[in-house]
Amino acid sequence: MQSDLRATARRRPSIVIVGASLAGLRAAEELRRRGYEGTLTVVGDEPHLPYDRPPLSKQVLAGEWDPDHLPLTVQSDGGIGGLDVDWRLGARATDLDLATKTVELDVAGRPERLGFDGLVIATGATPRHLPTDGLDGIHTLRTLDDCLAIRAGLDGTPRRVVVVGAGFVGAEVAATCRARGLEVTLLEALPVPMERAIGAEMGSLMADIHRDHGVDVRLGVGVDRFEGGARVERVHLADGTTVEADVVVVGVGVVPNTGWLEGSGLTLDNGVVCDATTLAAPGVVAAGDVARWTSARFGGPIRVEHWDNAVDMGEHAAQRLLTDAVQDPVPYDPVPWFWSDQYDRKVQLSGIAAGADEVQVVDGSLEERRFAAIYRRGDRITAVLAMNRPRLVVKCKPLVAQGATWAEALAALG
Amino acid sequence: MGYRVVVDFDLCESNARCMEAAPEVFEVRDDDFLYVLIEEPPEEMRPLVEEAVRRCPKAAITIAED
Repeated sequence: MQSDLRATARRRPSIVIVGASLAGLRAAEELRRRGYEGTLTVVGDEPHLPYDRPPLSKQVLAGEWDPDHLPLTVQSDGGIGGLDVDWRLGARATDLDLATKTVELDVAGRPERLGFDGLVIATGATPRHLPTDGLDGIHTLRTLDDCLAIRAGLDGTPRRVVVVGAGFVGAEVAATCRARGLEVTLLEALPVPMERAIGAEMGSLMADIHRDHGVDVRLGVGVDRFEGGARVERVHLADGTTVEADVVVVGVGVVPNTGWLEGSGLTLDNGVVCDATTLAAPGVVAAGDVARWTSARFGGPIRVEHWDNAVDMGEHAAQRLLTDAVQDPVPYDPVPWFWSDQYDRKVQLSGIAAGADEVQVVDGSLEERRFAAIYRRGDRITAVLAMNRPRLVVKCKPLVAQGATWAEALAALG
Repeated sequence: MGYRVVVDFDLCESNARCMEAAPEVFEVRDDDFLYVLIEEPPEEMRPLVEEAVRRCPKAAITIAED
């Protein structure tokens, strides 16, 4: 970047961030914090300034918070205004030309071209949809507008809400609907929910917790089709049964938003493929839900959909963009961390539980619904999961970070 | 120029990210509540406190300049 600054002294360097949610915001903040003084443009396809998504399946859906209360901290003098960003909201990126270093936008049907010296790709992901045959009342949940549409449906006191998919978004939606006193059926196509994320034993525990709260949990069954007049009235399941429903929320995963990058020359494979330092191409970095990077900790390419990764990676990608090519760029390889709040339980996972050989409770018990458990793969601790024991995640995480042996971990926690 | 750590306990949900970033300032105890150990940390701790602010999933921490 320094050589660029000298060579183009007559005009200010420009960085474009495509994606105006958490990763894009954190990248913008980090650029300014590191002293970047050139122009900074952030493009977002939603009409909103960056806002926080986790409350969309919880407080906002519950009606506890207003839509304008979705706070994200902004570290600069003067808050978000102090970042000196040109916000291009309601603008959808449609093309990237690496040869001319331009991004093409669709702004209310009009094409626009944005030139850049440096580019941050943070376009996130879009929920997978099921065929709805045009029926109203079937929703996915990603954006504030999605949340408000679902909330309007819940405000109409539906007979029953069907949530398709017992991943973390679906599970939180189910919990929020139950807390609103609604009848809920939670469907999961796999025999155990969240098995890949937290393992079979813990996934089964989560299903039990939902049943404890009166949710009709059905595992190992998928949706065949939806039926209704103008609105959905019932769901036909793959096992031949039906469930009456006035509101359906589909949470069956997300697809990274890389369509606009087709033909750009970037490698796209379940996300924008980056090296170990978040670099996708010279002068181009990626961060957040859209980014797939090489992790030494994971042993290969990984794409992480957690809030914490958007923060961490957004900051790292910004630093990477400002790193001179001759220096040793720092690899991005954090220990993943996420949390999920369902009812009065807070589940946190640090590390990677996928592919674990064993999970062992080291504090509390599953019965109490308050515990900490560690996972191992081979002889090393790979993750810690805690339910209502946040202190223990902080205590266990260094063991995960350093790849402690199982014996070392058990000794430290004994 | 000093500063104070301010936590909005209505927003705090004890995710303990602050404790991980700045354990000398923030502690989530076995009662699951957050305790601010040093309300006016020394200047050299400011980067860690700022990291705690950025990492808090509930945007519950602010820095009040004196």
